[in-house]
Amino acid sequence: MSADRALRDPLDDLSREQVEAALATYQGRPGPLLQVLHEVQHRLGYVPPAAIPLIAEVLNLSRADVHGVVTFYHHFRQAPIGRHVIQVCQAEACRSMHCEKLTEHVQRKLGVELHGTTADGRYTLEPVYCLGNCACSPAVMIDGELHGRVTPDSFDALIAPLS
Amino acid sequence: MNIKVYVPRDATALSLGAGRVAAAIDREAQRRGLRVQLVRNGSRGLFWLEPLIEVASAEGRHAYGPVTVQDVSSLFDAGFLDGKPHRLHLGLTDEIKELKSQQRLTFARVGVIDPVSVEDYVAHGGYAGLKRALALSPSEIVDAVTQSGLRGRGGAAFPTGIKWKTVLDQPPQQKYVTCNADEGDSGTFADRMLMEGDPLTLIEGMTIAGIAVGATQGYIYLRAEYPHAHRALDEAIASARAAGYLGGNILGSGKQFELEVRLGAGAYICGEETSMLESLEGKRGEVRVRPPLPAIKGLFGRPTIVNNVISLASVPVILAKGADFYKDFGTGKSRGTIPLQLAGNIKHGGLFERAFGLTLRELIYDYGVGSASGREIRAVQVGGPLGAYIPASQFDTAIDYEALSAIGALLGHGGVVVFDDTVDMAGMARYAMEFCAKESCGKCTPCRIGSTRGVELMDRVLANVDRERNLQLVEELCDTMLHGSLCGLGGMTPFPVQSALKYFPEDFRKTVQ
Repeated sequence: MSADRALRDPLDDLSREQVEAALATYQGRPGPLLQVLHEVQHRLGYVPPAAIPLIAEVLNLSRADVHGVVTFYHHFRQAPIGRHVIQVCQAEACRSMHCEKLTEHVQRKLGVELHGTTADGRYTLEPVYCLGNCACSPAVMIDGELHGRVTPDSFDALIAPLS
Repeated sequence: MNIKVYVPRDATALSLGAGRVAAAIDREAQRRGLRVQLVRNGSRGLFWLEPLIEVASAEGRHAYGPVTVQDVSSLFDAGFLDGKPHRLHLGLTDEIKELKSQQRLTFARVGVIDPVSVEDYVAHGGYAGLKRALALSPSEIVDAVTQSGLRGRGGAAFPTGIKWKTVLDQPPQQKYVTCNADEGDSGTFADRMLMEGDPLTLIEGMTIAGIAVGATQGYIYLRAEYPHAHRALDEAIASARAAGYLGGNILGSGKQFELEVRLGAGAYICGEETSMLESLEGKRGEVRVRPPLPAIKGLFGRPTIVNNVISLASVPVILAKGADFYKDFGTGKSRGTIPLQLAGNIKHGGLFERAFGLTLRELIYDYGVGSASGREIRAVQVGGPLGAYIPASQFDTAIDYEALSAIGALLGHGGVVVFDDTVDMAGMARYAMEFCAKESCGKCTPCRIGSTRGVELMDRVLANVDRERNLQLVEELCDTMLHGSLCGLGGMTPFPVQSALKYFPEDFRKTVQ
């Protein structure tokens, strides 16, 4: 879905409710935009482009301001994600343990490139730059759970129980 | 009485199965009708032994590790609750060689206490620094920090006391204490371990900072990649508030200090202090032009302390035991201790807090015991993605700010990433440029455009297209970025590139397959 198309798509009622709830939690605090975006992503899995006008209006910011912040930070996603988010560290310590090879394996195994979501909506694969597990490289995070010294075999075992 | 068994809640320990081990111990104890009290402590930082579990006894704690779920029932059979022998028994924790040889000041309680228990914290000397600070005047507190010789542990090594003095000298108004917990450098995890293992030390340090400069509000800017640290901090802040160590009337002194954790969102640049302030304000993390200094016009335009986690967490021990005590550790202008983080291709990786002055060789071989792969160690990168690559011929360099600077390197946040002889240094140089291109905030041209051109040039070098001319251009580009960038991201990306070129020229001139 292109960003242009998404912007024209109205926010469905359920999403609107979630965005409004996020705004209600943080509105009034100093400089709340990042917190609101985190809360929206926590509730919806991503920040729908169609939510931007609503967020802008309530926080008294321009749409450009909000769009600028959403797109500045790697963490904020603008498209729906798969049921499971898999992050493979690409930073130096993991490179010293050849995370490129692990990444190739993961891409092959899941059938999706970095930054992509599988066609069946099961997995979203993301690169990440340091999970702070650098003495046990390579590191992978699956649905917020951290794993160390990951090998192709142990990766396969980790995702086997996921549906 | 219940026997205390310690199983870490540290993210690295969990990544190796500590959570499952804790659950298995709990199950097995119930099955056997034994009364066990599980304490989820931080990690001791000896990651080759994780999950490391400990059992309290009269003579001290017995350590067992690395423990897997499969080992649990045999540990019970062997009588580990009474400290009995088992093939994983490591003896008394305090006697483990790699722990005993450390000088743990900032990390004294990490791995020892229940991280979110104020009671446990106080029982192990916690809040002695704050109590001392409450008896001093603001300028006396600042003087103690200045005299300790503490320098910013985030990487810039600026004297902490001077920063504080600048904020103290601003007229009374809303001031802020902000903690930079955006530990983005690969190979570093000291902030994470401290926040997960002893968050109250950070909270105490920030409270002391607030009292010293007249700031009533603190923010911890935590990277989103650290969910375990986030939980520990939130729990610890709640405990501290409930016990009267945070809030409107700290320990009945009439002093006020409040604290909030705010999450970053995956931008490496937000570890730069002015970019972090922008991000805390809910904006794009674009670097600010200095002056004005954050100490004069920082968060929301107000005087603001910006310190790294380890700097702030070193303050309580300085106040509790005195500036001279802290200053007695270290060498030259590098006073005190530094938590060194040994990572990458290393057999015994972990965190080792030592006085400044240990050599790289001692760290890599005495603590690290060589590479994980068993191959020869070819290079280490010290100080994160913007740090220089150091060849084996310079491993006798002492780890202190000045000695590393003298060989064109930097200590940064104290991370040391080890590479064996399979590393392709030209590839690592290209990666440095690629990382900078991804993470540049875009405000200044040398960084924004230079890093992208750098990747293109390195691609030509690697493909042997007009190689010598393009290498010359890489050198010139590095010079431009070094001198023309607004902050350390563009200004220091040349360090790994230039050092790779200098010490490993052969990697840049390989035959293309």
